[in-house]
Amino acid sequence: MSKTETPDLNIERDVGNFHYDTTYEFDAGVGLSEATIDYIADVKGEDEWVREFRKKALKVFNDKPLPTHWASRDLENIDYTKIRYYLSKGQRPSRSWDEVPDEIKETFERLGIPEKERAYLAGVEAQFDSEASYSNMKEELSKQGVIFVGSTEGLKEHPEIFRKWFGKVIPIGDNKFSALNSAVFSGGSFIYVPPGVKVKQPLQAYFRINAENFGQFERTLIIADEGAEITYMEGCTAPKFETSTLHSAVVELVALKGAKIQYITVQNWSENVFNLVTKRGLAMEGAEVKWIDCNIGSRLTMKYPGVIMRGEGARGEVLSIALAHDNQHQDTGAKMIHAASNTTSNIISKSISIGQGRATYRGVVAMPKHLKNCKNNTECDALLINTNSRTDTYPAITVRGNRNTVQHEASVSKVSAEQIFYMMQRGLSEGEAMSLSVNGFVNDLIREFPMEYSVELKRLIDLEMEGSVG
Amino acid sequence: MSELVIKNLNVSIGDRPILKDFSLTIPKGEVHALMGPNGTGKSTLAKALSGHEDYEITSGEVLLDGENIVGMEADGISRSGLFMAFQYPSEIPGVTIANFIRAALTARLEEGQNFSAPAYYKELYQHMDELKIDRSFTSRAVNEGFSGGEKKRCEILQMAMLKPKYAVMDETDSGLDIDALRIVAEGVNRMRGPDLGVLVITHYQRLLDYIVPDKVHVMWDGRIVKTGGPELARELESRGYDWVKEELAEPVA
Repeated sequence: MSKTETPDLNIERDVGNFHYDTTYEFDAGVGLSEATIDYIADVKGEDEWVREFRKKALKVFNDKPLPTHWASRDLENIDYTKIRYYLSKGQRPSRSWDEVPDEIKETFERLGIPEKERAYLAGVEAQFDSEASYSNMKEELSKQGVIFVGSTEGLKEHPEIFRKWFGKVIPIGDNKFSALNSAVFSGGSFIYVPPGVKVKQPLQAYFRINAENFGQFERTLIIADEGAEITYMEGCTAPKFETSTLHSAVVELVALKGAKIQYITVQNWSENVFNLVTKRGLAMEGAEVKWIDCNIGSRLTMKYPGVIMRGEGARGEVLSIALAHDNQHQDTGAKMIHAASNTTSNIISKSISIGQGRATYRGVVAMPKHLKNCKNNTECDALLINTNSRTDTYPAITVRGNRNTVQHEASVSKVSAEQIFYMMQRGLSEGEAMSLSVNGFVNDLIREFPMEYSVELKRLIDLEMEGSVG
Repeated sequence: MSELVIKNLNVSIGDRPILKDFSLTIPKGEVHALMGPNGTGKSTLAKALSGHEDYEITSGEVLLDGENIVGMEADGISRSGLFMAFQYPSEIPGVTIANFIRAALTARLEEGQNFSAPAYYKELYQHMDELKIDRSFTSRAVNEGFSGGEKKRCEILQMAMLKPKYAVMDETDSGLDIDALRIVAEGVNRMRGPDLGVLVITHYQRLLDYIVPDKVHVMWDGRIVKTGGPELARELESRGYDWVKEELAEPVA
């Protein structure tokens, strides 16, 4: 029962379909070579170890074949020679709203994040192309010792904290796209929460792509020290362009003993975006890592948030919603690697396929022989709207050892014509009836979201469904 | 013009004609009962009036307070003021009753109008109490796992909240025990008044003991063949439909 009125975030997909002509102070040009990497490292003034890390990654990226033996062959359509790997206005992350350039403010405006919501957005880091253009941390956070910076600043100013875990949860060679990100990463958030600090309000970042053929390779690393707690929210919209845009992020989470990290993504890419993201969390003894992941839009999304439960009593959770329209393929899932006894994991995945849209679930649940009392619960529900839609489920479950339990449930359902008629007879348009049905399908998951995100997500679903009837 | 006028309505399902020059006028403020055996087209009438796309209106008019609603989409017809209480209400998984009715009301708001949540809940609870629907049902998904009686009471609840000008109740009595029947009938009776016209479709006299109609129509083979007062329903109850059939066989002027 939704009695509470919620603040209007008003982040709508159609208003994301625009871009501004922006002149970039630093532009690495198109194509990818060692020179590109030197350019990026020079502009950023990076330490030598970072430059070496990038170069090593470039080699791995070039050597690794595309994973097309299991993944979509659409990946072959990405032309790496036509992508710009680094663009920047040479901005330092802004600390106050007044320092934010006008056209960027305008972007926020179009995204429905008006200036008057500054107070609400305090503590928000929003990325405009490569560099964090707005970064304002509430004073109380810094008082608590929380570090919330961009990736460049993180590696430069706080190597003693971040270097230890950087590239460790997701090594360079994890997959071809983690290697690409490791070579050319820029932007993203680096966060450290000191022991016992529980960050009350969620930290947020909004990412946008604003240049044609510009791949966005943000890099995020969040470390919650012992007993610390943090929620991070990421929302994405991208302007529409005719040629393909590549987004390939790497997000690493480290939850030390007893820590809790919750990472929430609502993603709404335009339908020319390849969204190839690697996300993984490490949960030590008694720690908890929870991914909430919503994928709407994009041409191809491949994303399988994972949790490695390395300490006893650790807990991993992935709640995901994917919505695939015509010409869209949401290839998503979860990986739960149980690496200690008494660990539990939970996966709830809901997908909606509309028209020719295609949703694929891939899951990995691993419990090796020497462990005991590990538990996993997996639920995959698919909703088909229109007979042409396609949905596939590929669960890979490896369970050995004693007293480990795994439960897997899958369901496929359809929105029936009679249900839509019933709703229309009450005065809802066909689009509204569809939206409400889809919202009903994902409702129990959306309840897990912070209020403002659930509102935003419902609005995105409404917009998606409006265009899908006719 | 405050009436629902159905004029020479012809309706087919596929190639099969079901309603044949069906005509009926329901003035606002009146309750009419439409009776008749299975397969004479009663439910077809309800679906066709509501704009269901499987029911093709080949000719005729339906004037709702003067506005022809033939050819309108189901949602437009609903917003024009025609409500149908379904014989078999659909389940809407995950959508709560409170949210569903709220969405239906919001769809009726005109530009500049705002939805008042406190007033909404006040009214919703009042109707729920009257219909003896537990308040916890607001957070239950529409019709999901409901008993027959709960579903029908939920239909009446929606009708009470949406305040239509005309309501078509398609065999609302089917699947109801006597207590539920009484609750549903009382709900309808509370709404009776100068602003509402009702067409009650039923097989049985039973419901009409509680919702006493102003007029009773008997339907046969796609059209109305006999019209009378409440006593006609009682006559049908005691004599069955065969005598209507026999009467029909005789030459009528």
